[in-house]
Amino acid sequence: MSLIELSGIERIFKLGDSEVHALAQLDLAIGAGEYVAVMGQSGSGKSTLLNLLGLLDRPDAGTYRFEGRDVTTLSADEQARVRRERIGFVFQSFHLVPRLTAAENVALPLMLAGIEPAERGRRVDKALQDFGLANRADHRPDQLSGGQRQRVAIARATIMEPAVLLADEPTGNLDRATGEEVIRLLEGLNAGGVTLIMVTHDAALGARAGRRVVMQDGRKVEDGR
Amino acid sequence: MKPADTLRFAMRAATGYPLRTFLMVLAMSIGVAAVVVLTALGDGARRYVVNEFSSLGSNLVIVLPGRSETGGFNPANAVTSTPRDLTVEDGQALTRASAVLRIAPITIGTSEAVFNGKLRDVTIVGTTADYLKLRRMDLAQGRFLPAGEPNAAVAVIGATIQRELFGAGSAIGKVLRIGDRRVRVIGVLGSTGQGLGMNADEVVILPVAVAQAMFDTNTLFRVLVEAKGRALIEQAKGQVADILKVRHDGEEDVTVITQDAVLATFDRILGTLTYGVAGIAAISLAVAGILVMNVMLVAVTQRTGEIGLLKALGAEGAAIRNAFLAEAALLSAAGAVAGYLLGQAGAFALRTAVRVLPAYPPDWAVAAALGTALVTGLLFGVMPANRAARLDPVQALMKH
Repeated sequence: MSLIELSGIERIFKLGDSEVHALAQLDLAIGAGEYVAVMGQSGSGKSTLLNLLGLLDRPDAGTYRFEGRDVTTLSADEQARVRRERIGFVFQSFHLVPRLTAAENVALPLMLAGIEPAERGRRVDKALQDFGLANRADHRPDQLSGGQRQRVAIARATIMEPAVLLADEPTGNLDRATGEEVIRLLEGLNAGGVTLIMVTHDAALGARAGRRVVMQDGRKVEDGR
Repeated sequence: MKPADTLRFAMRAATGYPLRTFLMVLAMSIGVAAVVVLTALGDGARRYVVNEFSSLGSNLVIVLPGRSETGGFNPANAVTSTPRDLTVEDGQALTRASAVLRIAPITIGTSEAVFNGKLRDVTIVGTTADYLKLRRMDLAQGRFLPAGEPNAAVAVIGATIQRELFGAGSAIGKVLRIGDRRVRVIGVLGSTGQGLGMNADEVVILPVAVAQAMFDTNTLFRVLVEAKGRALIEQAKGQVADILKVRHDGEEDVTVITQDAVLATFDRILGTLTYGVAGIAAISLAVAGILVMNVMLVAVTQRTGEIGLLKALGAEGAAIRNAFLAEAALLSAAGAVAGYLLGQAGAFALRTAVRVLPAYPPDWAVAAALGTALVTGLLFGVMPANRAARLDPVQALMKH
């Protein structure tokens, strides 16, 4: 059984009178622990695919089975619960809350899940330790470097021990050296068993993945290892 | 999300934008402070008037010469003329009524008092021995008018007169010239301060017959009647009216009012005034409520990216709505508390500036102001909070 099974997915955006097929006739199965790079030009539908996989968006047709369960029919709050417990997001622009410290940003998913403060503190401390951020715990995002910010974001994405990590151009805002560092971190997590799905248009980055899915005009045009 | 976390998150959001929060709290606090100060002013005025009337004495029934057609208290009472005088004998007759404890006839006029070359305009009150007890006044020195001697050439003077004409020396036993008469000072009143615009410290009290002769009149200005108890006021009023009707050949040519009626009228007028100013001040609270809505709508727009992130991290709609509602509630609560303190400070300043005014805000006004602030804040926070909760996560995440 695959972790993720998409079948016959359609996603249509209406722009004025015209319709844009952001995703068309998409079938995709991703197994647990895979490392998948989703590639393609801008407008190819790769971000739409990632949003759909992260339950931030709903398909107009087709079914999405996550861990064997049809998640397209879930209510918004049920989807939120799946996101909270099983899915981690890493964004290109980090998306840290500017007024909160690194530790507080990392603690956000635990707070949303209603976990006790003591337990929260323990897990956040450990995560910051693991990601080499122990001495940055009380710094706000504007006091952190780009690489540190993305590490905080990854710590936040993994604090709930999700099954899948969705990364949207995670190195897009970083220089080459720092980007390399972040990718190694994500690959390390993947090696530890987390399914990693990364959207990128960087061919070099895509080449490192175990599997490449190439999108064009909302369709999957290449899927290879 | 636990309530404590929601509150802490909202608190961090509020303190994260200090200028915005300060301005919002300021607006709300001005609204609350306005209600507190203005009702303190209105209620202070009401209490002042009620106290002034109460200081006349208690259980009072007041007889005025002349008939007021409308009944009750009316400014026309002050200028009525009457075909038949209200006489000292009329007053004396009232003591026969079973509900009447004591009476004091009053004649009022102004004259000059001279002692040792010093001259002063004074208010003359002509009355009898019972006046002192009836008005609940105290003597500082000497004794009051003797009972049963309406023609004695004696005077009791107010504290201010004593100070200005006699200085540090004792006035007792000295002869004072009032108009063209000489009277011996037998007593000095204790200082009482203001009483319905007539300063009791600046009067000279003479036996009623002496005063009437001085002003060449037979009629009295008022007869003050004290009932035997609070429950007997209405009965005393009826008896007084009946006795005077008989004495005046069956004609009702006097007006009998009770102090309670006068008090109730002023109480009502000034109470309504207080509600009125409270209502006007409440408008500023409504404005502050709309401001809360505006500020929260801006906050939602400003933090769209953050809302998208929270959704991506698995926040349910309710969690986001609660966070924004809590923020609106915190802003309003802070404004309400600040406004309460500001208002109390304003009322204190008012009391300090105008000492005679007991400018304390009534409890209902304080409760209403705080309640309205919180309710409007929450009410106007609902719409922005719902808007935040309904944001599409994909759209929201793109705005960063």
